[in-house]
Amino acid sequence: MARKGSTAIRTSSELEQYRDKVKKQSKSITKRVYVCVGTGCAARGSRVLYDLFVKAAKESKADVKIEAKCVGCHGFCERGPIVVVDPGLVLYQRVEEPDVAEIFRETVLNERIIERLLYEDAVTQKRVKTAEEISFYKAQERIVLAGNGVLDPTNIDDYIVHGGYGALIKAITTMQPEQVIGEIEKSQLRGRGGGGFVTARKWKSCRNAEGTPKYVICNGDEGDPGAFMDRSIMEGNPHCVLEGMMIGAYAIGSTQGYIYVRNEYPLAVEHLTKAINQAKNMGLLGSGILGTDFSFDIRINRGGGAFICGESTALMASLEGRTGEPRAKYVHTVESGLREKPTNLNNVETWANVPAIIDRGGDWFASIGTEKSKGTKVFSLVGKVVNTGLVEVPMGMTLRQIVEDIGGGVKDGREFKAVQTGGPSGGCIPAEHLDTPVDFDELTKLGSMMGSGGMIVMDEDTCMVNVAKYFVGFLKDESCGKCTPCREGLAQMLHILDRISQGEGELVDLRKLEELGELLAATALCALGKTAANPVLSTLRYFQTEYEEHIKNRRCPAKVCRGLFRYDIDPEACKGCGICAKHCPENAITGEKKKPYVIDQKKCTLCGTCFDKCPFTAVLKV
Amino acid sequence: MEQETKFVQEIVERYDGDAGMLIPMMQDIQVEYGYLSAEQLRRLAKQLDVPLMRVYGVATFYSSFRLAPKGQHEVTLCMGTVCYLKGAGRISEVICDEFQVEPGGTTADRLFSFQPVNCVGACALAPVMIVDGKYYDGVTPASAIDILHSLPSEEETVEEAESYGKDK
Repeated sequence: MARKGSTAIRTSSELEQYRDKVKKQSKSITKRVYVCVGTGCAARGSRVLYDLFVKAAKESKADVKIEAKCVGCHGFCERGPIVVVDPGLVLYQRVEEPDVAEIFRETVLNERIIERLLYEDAVTQKRVKTAEEISFYKAQERIVLAGNGVLDPTNIDDYIVHGGYGALIKAITTMQPEQVIGEIEKSQLRGRGGGGFVTARKWKSCRNAEGTPKYVICNGDEGDPGAFMDRSIMEGNPHCVLEGMMIGAYAIGSTQGYIYVRNEYPLAVEHLTKAINQAKNMGLLGSGILGTDFSFDIRINRGGGAFICGESTALMASLEGRTGEPRAKYVHTVESGLREKPTNLNNVETWANVPAIIDRGGDWFASIGTEKSKGTKVFSLVGKVVNTGLVEVPMGMTLRQIVEDIGGGVKDGREFKAVQTGGPSGGCIPAEHLDTPVDFDELTKLGSMMGSGGMIVMDEDTCMVNVAKYFVGFLKDESCGKCTPCREGLAQMLHILDRISQGEGELVDLRKLEELGELLAATALCALGKTAANPVLSTLRYFQTEYEEHIKNRRCPAKVCRGLFRYDIDPEACKGCGICAKHCPENAITGEKKKPYVIDQKKCTLCGTCFDKCPFTAVLKV
Repeated sequence: MEQETKFVQEIVERYDGDAGMLIPMMQDIQVEYGYLSAEQLRRLAKQLDVPLMRVYGVATFYSSFRLAPKGQHEVTLCMGTVCYLKGAGRISEVICDEFQVEPGGTTADRLFSFQPVNCVGACALAPVMIVDGKYYDGVTPASAIDILHSLPSEEETVEEAESYGKDK
């Protein structure tokens, strides 16, 4: 823990001295247990594991220094809680409370491996010892997530030991603001929040804009369902975000920063608040930072639970205490943003890239990735995939490599159907385009987009009409209602999709959907409305036959849309227990004990209770 | 009543009476009282000297604000894409049916408030339900109902505490 109000650091050499001091202290510790306390692992009880390890380390009579550390998300949420023991960096997965004593005794004290807690490779069936050997991690390249799983996010000393705030020193003591922007320009960094706008250009415009004060904002209102990259960065390495903002503020000439965090992310708020207080206590935030005349402060604002506030002008309206309604951007926010002052807004992941770029140079960053998309991108790889979690890969890796090599392919041996990228504004990409390299421009060509980095794998049991309906329903609820095309258009689209999924659609509906989609793209006020039709248009583009099947044959091929398939009992699998008949609200199931039961299709209302209740999975969807 | 007026005043002072900090102020009031009553919104508008309409607009625009008292327990169901694909929609239906509650509403006996939310970002655990801050992973319609049926009501909690006291 950072000592409260301890070392006030006034110059850059003092920070270096301080770094040496904490490094020395850290070196005396020879054994470490890293316990992931990210939301995924914590939900499975890793906080308790951490407390137990701390207790064990304290009570240990061994004559070596042992430290139990809570660390941010490793990304491998599927196998949580994750515990790593050093030396050896032995990775244990699915650790439970009773395992703690054994891990401490065997691995921490005696460096013996506990086989059963190791990860078993799905393909080779071999148990592997370290993260590097796991295919999920092997193909990744971590810049933004480098500190996750290593750093204690609640301890500024730990960040400093690992070189933290070195980039800040470099920027504010050896570089002019223009040089900092030049370095970012060289890196060709593009915004990670969705639009992919060139970061350096934004910074430059804001620096050159007239008016003071200037503001910088970190957009942590990660609203895309199925995406949690920014949450993990804010939770797992908050100082990295702060350092990025400080460097940006120096380059732009800003004195006040804001971090707008989603209301659903309490742990991120907690860790960021701690980090800001620690940085203030050390004098890294405040006036006259490191003996220069650069002054900067950061405040956290919690969102109110509105998806639209991820849009920059809506976010700024929210920061002003108003309803989060976007405005037309004839005048850019870099000229007139928050309180009508020049404002530079970047996404969490964009800010988190900045320290590494200043530290290692723009050329290094630009050497990674594709021609127009540089660096790495963090994706949350989720859905019907074997290895769910956070992955950071160089731009240009193909979708197939991400889904199959890192993700381990589709779960339960089902067939791959599509991967959805870009959140509610993105689209569904089918199997034939899996070899597309992932970057900003390639995904847009396919009718989807990079978005903030959600990547949702869908299998053959996923109905694409239902997916489109889900996203349109989501956006209809989240539309702020300011402009008519978005407010009314989405409601109409949802109405049509509803009818199709109930088997009441007509073929002409498909053309209506396309027309509404084009209307939205051309006339809606903000990006939410302009891109809202993407999930519909992309599924129409690649899965039109599935829509037609719903309309012409009143059948849902994936057997998801209720009413467009029926339930039947498999006489082979039915054990005649009678549970289905007992629970059927319509008394539509009859039969004798120990003999196969039968559903009376005339009486059946397709409620699905029998399907949910059957202990032998003998009720089938046909 | 006077106490509540004082509390609102304190909150306003906490943010130097800056009307731009309306949302954090309302969040603080909600943390204290569990919801925003009409009376408090009126007080806040008066203290800040902004139209009540603006305060009410903000209160109804953002989904995290409540205008009615919440139940004893807080039940959050994730409706993110992954949870939805894995059946969260059905879970929501079943809960609403079984407990006669609307999404965003509270059961008639005030046992729990039911809030489906966009995404809690714990996709590896899908479908996820959060009850009073505790995460349940891989929830099914049946397990969700079981979890909610086993929630202790206030009387039970009091009784338990009393009997616990007697044993001592």
